[in-house]
Amino acid sequence: MAIEVRIPTILRQYTDGKKAVEGSGDTLADLFTDLETRHTGIQARIVEKGQLRRFINVYLNDEDVRFVEGIDTKLTDGDTVTILPAVAGGMA
Amino acid sequence: MRYDSPLAAVGNTPLVRLPRLSPSADVRIWAKLEDRNPTGSVKDRPALHMIEQAEKDGRLTPGCTILEPTSGNTGISLAMAAKLKGYRMVCVMPENTSQERRELLAMWGAEIIPSPAAGGSNTAVRVAKELSAEHPDWVMLYQYGNPDNAGAHYATTGPEILADLPSVTHFVAGLGTTGTLMGVGRFLREHKPDVKIVAAEPRYDDLVYGLRNLDEGFVPELYDASVLTTRFSVGSADAVTRTRELLQQEGIFAGVSTGAALHAAIGVGRKALTAGESADIVFVVADGGWKYLSTGVYTAATTEEAIETLQGQLWA
Repeated sequence: MAIEVRIPTILRQYTDGKKAVEGSGDTLADLFTDLETRHTGIQARIVEKGQLRRFINVYLNDEDVRFVEGIDTKLTDGDTVTILPAVAGGMA
Repeated sequence: MRYDSPLAAVGNTPLVRLPRLSPSADVRIWAKLEDRNPTGSVKDRPALHMIEQAEKDGRLTPGCTILEPTSGNTGISLAMAAKLKGYRMVCVMPENTSQERRELLAMWGAEIIPSPAAGGSNTAVRVAKELSAEHPDWVMLYQYGNPDNAGAHYATTGPEILADLPSVTHFVAGLGTTGTLMGVGRFLREHKPDVKIVAAEPRYDDLVYGLRNLDEGFVPELYDASVLTTRFSVGSADAVTRTRELLQQEGIFAGVSTGAALHAAIGVGRKALTAGESADIVFVVADGGWKYLSTGVYTAATTEEAIETLQGQLWA
């Protein structure tokens, strides 16, 4: 199952500078575990104690997963996941 | 429809179904055409309501100066109302907003104080607050924290939508001051507890993010997360793509932030379709495309070129 994952600048050190990588998994948690097998170190920058880190936002097809099921949000083939640092002042 | 003055013609905008962009016959998308207001944007509603409430409270009296941080539309609405009502208008606006906006403000007699591009609207808010402290006699209506901003939508936009489309299931709008989402959201939920209130938040490319990062965080005082069902973050490329689709497929010439709202509307529409549910999704056309013509996004030969032209620019 292929999921496109868009990587923010600050995490591209784990993806050889690539802006987007592919991954797989039934949920976001599975996807981040899968990414870790090829991009060592990336999981810990996104996940802390089984939850999304506070200053990381994750979007499934542009929808904020905190309003869906958080790290347990289910994925479907062809989905796009976007990871972004939470930006101060991103609302006005 | 007949009105006693131009200001009385604010609101009562059309709600039109988009037959081509709707995902199916049972999942319908409807556009609330707020560009049909007197100065061409949704902001006529909160601007007029904030002024009239301030007049009622005695905060605004003849000869007063109104001060407002605004990236354009609210300033344009306030400037027009201020001109007709005899107030002086001062706007604080990021220096990187479009030439059209500055000319529209000047045309209605507003004075513009530019704020640094870095930090965007957040910096404009900070500069306006500093000016307000220096000029205690100026009246800052302050759209980000004035309950009458959301109140305008609670009193007018929400009731219009419910009257025109009692079967409404979703309401989608851009997230700026949050006034539209808070006001319409509260009204609709009181009458339809299951209605979904969906925010479309602009997401800029790394360049603009870098600029915005220089600033401290700013959450509008009006924002109440409990009103929202979900939030979409829409990048420039998707906003431009949808803005062009809206023009080419439905003939609606709208601003780029409207493309972002449409993208979120299509997103929730697809989810409804997948779940086998029917839906009536209303999204807000906040303004027309006129003020953004100089960006070139409408006339670019391809959507890829249009996206390229918008790189690094603020569009909401």
